Amino acid sequence: MKQSYFKIVENTALTDNVYKMVLQGDTSAITAPGQFVNIRLDGLYLRRPISVCDVQGDLLTLIYKTVGKGTKQMSQMTSGKLDVLTGLGNGYDLTDSGEKPVLLGGGVGVPPMYLLAKQLISQGKQVQVVLGFNTAAEVFYEEAFKALGAEVTVTTVDGSYGVKGFVTDVLEGLEYTYFYTCGPEPMLKAVYKASRTSGQMSFEKRMGCGFGACMGCSCKTITGYKRICKEGPVLKKEEILWED
Amino acid sequence: MGRLSVNLCGIELDNPVIPASGTFGYGYEYAELFDINCLGTFSFKGTTKDPRFGNPTPRIAECTAGMINAVGLQNPGVEQVIAHELPELKKCFHKPVMANVSGFSVEDYAYTCQKLDKEEQVGWLEVNVSCPNVHGGGMSFGTDPKAAAEVTAAVKKVTTKPVIVKLSPNVTDVVSIAKACEDAGADGISLINTMLGMRFDLRTRKPIIANKMGGFSGPAIFPVALRMVYQVAQSVNVPVVGMGGVSSAEDVIEMMTAGASAVEVGAANLVNPYICKQIIDDLPRVMDEYRINTLSELTGGAF
Repeated sequence: MKQSYFKIVENTALTDNVYKMVLQGDTSAITAPGQFVNIRLDGLYLRRPISVCDVQGDLLTLIYKTVGKGTKQMSQMTSGKLDVLTGLGNGYDLTDSGEKPVLLGGGVGVPPMYLLAKQLISQGKQVQVVLGFNTAAEVFYEEAFKALGAEVTVTTVDGSYGVKGFVTDVLEGLEYTYFYTCGPEPMLKAVYKASRTSGQMSFEKRMGCGFGACMGCSCKTITGYKRICKEGPVLKKEEILWED
Repeated sequence: MGRLSVNLCGIELDNPVIPASGTFGYGYEYAELFDINCLGTFSFKGTTKDPRFGNPTPRIAECTAGMINAVGLQNPGVEQVIAHELPELKKCFHKPVMANVSGFSVEDYAYTCQKLDKEEQVGWLEVNVSCPNVHGGGMSFGTDPKAAAEVTAAVKKVTTKPVIVKLSPNVTDVVSIAKACEDAGADGISLINTMLGMRFDLRTRKPIIANKMGGFSGPAIFPVALRMVYQVAQSVNVPVVGMGGVSSAEDVIEMMTAGASAVEVGAANLVNPYICKQIIDDLPRVMDEYRINTLSELTGGAF
């Protein structure tokens, strides 16, 4: 973990309520895809945890949805500096991927799949990506994944774009060696049930600190209590205990 | 004695800055960031007789100038704390540490305190009779002078180290509770724990916190903390550890002016993990600005 200041280089809307922010600064503490950063914003007490979409040299890309005060405030920033804690969370473990992993992202669960896809492809893996959205207007980053060389399928719940249905509808017809996923909890549960291999899932919880000090985001797993911010956000399928 | 040093129940601290229990774990998350030996001491995560997972999530809600938590004393239990956490803590912190203890019965408190009292690195026992986030224990002992005194007496009977009783602000007369603890043998009083609060989610129209209510902390409660420290410090003869929203060197000085002998920093650690080190580094400059020679001369100066 590292605390440092990042310069805002870009902040553009990808859809009605999803924004892409590019920051410039010391990215050295970011060691794995699926990690997150925690951003301090003027006038707001707690930091805002946002997952890492991409890192390239000193450039850090974040994609976030405006869901509350903090993300709305972020979406209006065009320049200046941000106080950011980087290198938080465990991130995805690439070692078990096999030759043909599938990456499933739902909504703002899509961004962390990007750096993961990039790294798996650079290791020579044949990466399949399934991106799930509610409707055509919400779709983003399809082209970006294609540009990496991934096989991309997009699903929309209302069928207004790509395959009608959920990411799990596509998953059923795919051949894959391992899965990685991030998205809303109902989607994670569905992927957990539908998947035929082992895999890893990234969870979201309201956090206090984001670095393991406050125990605000604890969960129970088969291998004991874990802090989503520290021993997570990525859990292996085999250790997940659904709470309800 | 340095300019910043203070005495807390017979143990000298290099400075009065103490990360508060529940915001600093057992120290090692922060030891990755800076040498935590710069601290006066720290109060480690509230420890109970048995292991606890704590409350369901969400456990955290944001507020204006603060936050609500309802963690519910998640901790591995005193046996594990002694077997695993304290040896780890010892690797990164070489000063006496404050052991924070909670319980669900007078016997629980006495049991856990007796065990921790025997640990060499424990300098003080901070007995938390004020956790708002657990049912049938915690705060219920700290809202009644008789119950608070009973816990204090039971702990004092089985321990040798200074016992500091941590009090709740969620009472009408904090002074009577502080006095009852002093009469029962408390060597110090710390206050304030968090204030009982709530937030609602406008989309779901339900409380944000799964446990519905939680403990409100952060800069917003600083004036309340100052008032209560001021009231208690004038009424007891034992040292008072002041806390509640402290976030800067100026706040430390103000808290000591209100009567505190040492100062705990809580929620601020979660927002800025370097805050305690920054406060310690900043104290000499602020002392110069206000013509303060030594911090210890401040305590009780306002009475």
